[in-house]
Amino acid sequence: MAEQPADPGRRRFLTATTAVVGGVGVAFAAVPFLSAWQPSARAIAAGAPVVVDISKLEVGAQQIIKWRKRPVWVIRRTPELLETLPGQDERLQDPNSEEVDQQPEYAQNEYRSIRPEVLVLVGSCTHLGCSPKYRPDVQPEPWDENWQGGFFCPCHNSRFDMAGRVYNGSPAPTNLVVPPYRFVDDNTIIIGEDPEQEVA
Amino acid sequence: MAGERTSTATGILGWFDQRLPVVDFWNKHVGQYYAPKNFNFWYYFGSLALLMLVNQIVTGIWLTMHYKPTEAEAFASVEYIMRDVPWGWLIRYMHSTGASFFFAVVYLHMFRALIYGSYQKPRELIWVLGMFIFLALMAEGFLGYVLPWGQMSFWGAQVIVSLFGAIPWIGPDLVIWIQGDFLPSDATLNRFFALHVIAMPLAILLLVVLHLAALHEVGSNNPDGVDIKKVKDASGKPLDGIPFHPYYTVKDMFGAGVLLCLFAAVIFFEPTFGGQFLEHDNFIEANPMVTPEQIKPVWYYTPYYAMLRAVPDKLMGVVVMGAATMIFFLLPWLDRSPVRSIRYRGPLTKAAISLFVISFLVLAVLGSRSGGGIAETWLARVCTFIYFSFFILMPIYTKMDRVKPVPERVTMHD
Repeated sequence: MAEQPADPGRRRFLTATTAVVGGVGVAFAAVPFLSAWQPSARAIAAGAPVVVDISKLEVGAQQIIKWRKRPVWVIRRTPELLETLPGQDERLQDPNSEEVDQQPEYAQNEYRSIRPEVLVLVGSCTHLGCSPKYRPDVQPEPWDENWQGGFFCPCHNSRFDMAGRVYNGSPAPTNLVVPPYRFVDDNTIIIGEDPEQEVA
Repeated sequence: MAGERTSTATGILGWFDQRLPVVDFWNKHVGQYYAPKNFNFWYYFGSLALLMLVNQIVTGIWLTMHYKPTEAEAFASVEYIMRDVPWGWLIRYMHSTGASFFFAVVYLHMFRALIYGSYQKPRELIWVLGMFIFLALMAEGFLGYVLPWGQMSFWGAQVIVSLFGAIPWIGPDLVIWIQGDFLPSDATLNRFFALHVIAMPLAILLLVVLHLAALHEVGSNNPDGVDIKKVKDASGKPLDGIPFHPYYTVKDMFGAGVLLCLFAAVIFFEPTFGGQFLEHDNFIEANPMVTPEQIKPVWYYTPYYAMLRAVPDKLMGVVVMGAATMIFFLLPWLDRSPVRSIRYRGPLTKAAISLFVISFLVLAVLGSRSGGGIAETWLARVCTFIYFSFFILMPIYTKMDRVKPVPERVTMHD
């Protein structure tokens, strides 16, 4: 075995090329095995972005859509409700939506939305996953005499404002999640897709 | 190479021995494997770990005969094993209790290595291979815990897989890749089953073989940390060594008997061990819409979970938790002491090991509680600090420390 080959340079070249070609082959052969862990076509279809027509969504109304097995709310906020948003900072845990992961970058603003009036939220309480109730009326409520409209979770009394921001003293640790979404036109939203990058 | 091997054995054994090195293998690893004669209580846990591995494999094979790895059927199939399969409850409790016993035994085995310096030169590789076994076991335990598809299975999977989401850039895609879906689901359960019953056990078995091969190459350490190969008799046998068989096979069988008594006591009288071995919430079927009130891992992961929770940043928490397990790998190179055993080490090392053990146990307790309190969080931070200091300062205090002279031979000769 250990004999010196007749032409060591040739032997070394053959060994190296065999190793490289074999390595490339292994790398390619790994692709199907790694890819097989990706969500299957069936799982993707079940988790596909959903197209929502909001042309019939009245001002102040809420529409509930199922996306990736979770409820997603689309709400057309009234101008009055939008006006209540800036005044609540003192009572909110994270008024400026600085907690990452709770919204995409394009929804990290005072309204937590792309267009101020249209609110899109994942309707799962960030506490234990119950779905909070929509309570838009500005009126005294049993849980808050100074209620400015928002969401109330019946399970453990978590309270959120009209931008899904959590009130101090709620068991929920973070604001409600804004899913990725984009407007196709004024009346059509796709939930589950980020807005297309502006091509300069 | 070619030609017949000569064998001293005759008859059937001789027939095999000429074709397979049966006698050589037995002698090298058992019959004439000379182990130090001063092994004490702490040296039970290696063979007991092997016993628990066998228990897990045998009961695991039987469980797969009735278990169904699907989102729809998993929970019910485990209950079916518990109620309808003859003796199924026993086999399942042997497996679930076995997991906890396995970890207990492995932690004690690691502690032994820590106090007697068994990781020091020339046994670094034994230690490193052992650490790989430990990591593989942690993965195996987690994967297995998901399979009954109870509430803790689901939310445990959710939390643990989400840890990978903290990795910058690739995190979120990695989570989806691991789950094979956007939530832990049928695909996740099915692949975790494949990994739990095929991939990880194969890896663990291979690592155990390597761990033992490396051990038998350099020989066992002992409570005195003395190299028994230094003093040999005329025939080249270490004077302080005795053959593994029959001396230690008998000793280990006694240890196995004691362990199995404890094992049976838990299985028959307290199989959930007060919610520590099998958590109460896991007797409720997985529900992706409702999170249990309290999410906590099984007891053997709690020290690391406490560290994760003590760090207020998601990525840093994951980094700290990962570093806490990985730093064990460096132990052979962090220890600069000229002696191995704690018997001949000075007060600094003894104090460091004591503090380390205390912080580890406190973290274990904290990790099993609901947490959230400010005092508990700070206690966890202090313990995490001590935990890491133990390793990071080790090159300093082991070098500074006063050591006692190590005897030439083990301290119980004759």
